[in-house]
Amino acid sequence: MAVITAMNVCKSYGHLQVLKDINLEIQKGEVVCIIGPSGSGKTTFLRCINQLEKINGGSLWVNGNLTGYRIVGERLLELDEHEIARQRRATGMVFQRFNLFSHLTAQQNVSLGPVEVLGQSPKLAASQALELLDRVGLAHKAGAYPAELSGGQQQRVAIARALAMKPDVLLFDEPTSALDPELVGEVLKVMKEVAESGITMVVATHELNFARDVSHRVVFMADGRIVEVGKPDDILRNPQEPRLQKFLSAIATAPRPESADVAVSALGQAL
Amino acid sequence: MSAETLSGPRLGVSEVTLPGIDVATATRIRRFKPWRLLQLALAVGFLVFIVNAFAKAQIEWPVVGQYLFAPSVFIGLGFTVLMTVVSMVIGLIVAVMVAVGFGSHNFVVRWIAKSYVWLFRGTPLLLQLLLWFNMALVFPAIGLPGIGYKPTVELMTPFIGAAIGLGLNAGAYMSEIIRAGLLSVDTGQYEAAKAIGMTRGKALRKVIFPQAMRVIIPPIGNEFIGMTKSTSLASVIGFSEMLFVVQSIYFNNFRVIELLIVAAVWYLVVTTLLSIGQHYLEQRFGRGFGTGRH
Repeated sequence: MAVITAMNVCKSYGHLQVLKDINLEIQKGEVVCIIGPSGSGKTTFLRCINQLEKINGGSLWVNGNLTGYRIVGERLLELDEHEIARQRRATGMVFQRFNLFSHLTAQQNVSLGPVEVLGQSPKLAASQALELLDRVGLAHKAGAYPAELSGGQQQRVAIARALAMKPDVLLFDEPTSALDPELVGEVLKVMKEVAESGITMVVATHELNFARDVSHRVVFMADGRIVEVGKPDDILRNPQEPRLQKFLSAIATAPRPESADVAVSALGQAL
Repeated sequence: MSAETLSGPRLGVSEVTLPGIDVATATRIRRFKPWRLLQLALAVGFLVFIVNAFAKAQIEWPVVGQYLFAPSVFIGLGFTVLMTVVSMVIGLIVAVMVAVGFGSHNFVVRWIAKSYVWLFRGTPLLLQLLLWFNMALVFPAIGLPGIGYKPTVELMTPFIGAAIGLGLNAGAYMSEIIRAGLLSVDTGQYEAAKAIGMTRGKALRKVIFPQAMRVIIPPIGNEFIGMTKSTSLASVIGFSEMLFVVQSIYFNNFRVIELLIVAAVWYLVVTTLLSIGQHYLEQRFGRGFGTGRH
């Protein structure tokens, strides 16, 4: 069963077309990575799926429900704010810049949604929040405020917060792009574990290793279009489209993170 | 640290000429700041001048003591505090509605919010108080169809006139403070709240306002203290707050300075208590944000 269906999705800001005719179907339990250069529309596409952005054309379906509208006879009736909020519960979002609620502790960040949106009892939500924090390896930081956590820890709390709403699909918007290099690993590890639990995931990312190891399918986007879709090995090792070939070779010739690590450790020894 | 490790060629500091002393253990001498002494001397001198002036003036300090705890002064003080609280509550409610209205998608709501601020910020407070008190000249009677009407003169007592006038005027100023507070919260917080299925109202209440409070409280505390003193303007429409009371006393006994000192003392007491309250509120809403010291 398809959890997400995008049919001819278009999105533009004024004259700037950000998404052009996106067609994609994502099945239940699938982990899909979206790769592509900056400005290719990866983030916008994710934001359209959970209606942080409104699409200008085509249709987006989550769990078989048309997003943003209700079908009344032959016509589409725009949903009101409450109905959109209800539809959003099906999708959990992890942001590039974490966006943890700064005035709440890690545990309160995770339990806020279940209490305020799902109407769970605060006691139950608090204990479930603790379990989720334990799952991302941060039970000992339950009482810490976001400002007291590292970027990697904040992002792990953000993943726990998204999981707490028990969404049908988790959307990750470049979850490691704002992190210091040495903190990327811990977040990817948690994401891998979440993926193995069988939840549907859509990940916009620049981490090609993660895409290769964890995802079932890789989508390559450029200039607002889906250029190529396929199994990770096919996309990353045997690209067909010239635009994808160019993208991958540009990444391959960039300085490798490993060599940077070697330089850092050499410097450390020298000191 | 010995000189050899410091001048190791690997770190590129070999060209630094090390002085012949041990920098790590040498005594450090604090810099002398002559300006501070001058500031202190000026402050002390000014204080002596003021105290001397008051001591030499013909002020009957026993009279001050006598009226400081007079029942009539206490009643005036009570009305001052009551009016401060009532008009601030009105002002805050209006200010929150206006500030939220500024961010509405509905242009009619935005337009109403903007017009309100334009009108009430653009005319003097004293004029507004007089207008409200004399509302009977515009609307002779107020009421609802089917329920009945009452003459405006009876409804618009000095208390009601002052509460509405002060409250609505403060609301116009405070709406800008609250709007600034809402703008200070990162849009990512709003998006995260929406992403977990919150509506705009719930996101404002549970996520945005608690964080905006940190920015809102210091200027609102300022407004609160300002309002304590602005209530004295209501004496012109016959509201018997503290200044009105002490004025009526010194019109009879001519102890002008003594009674003004009495009022000043009580205003200072109230504003000091408010400042202390503000300090605790700031701590309460500053959680998760550090001390704010730079």
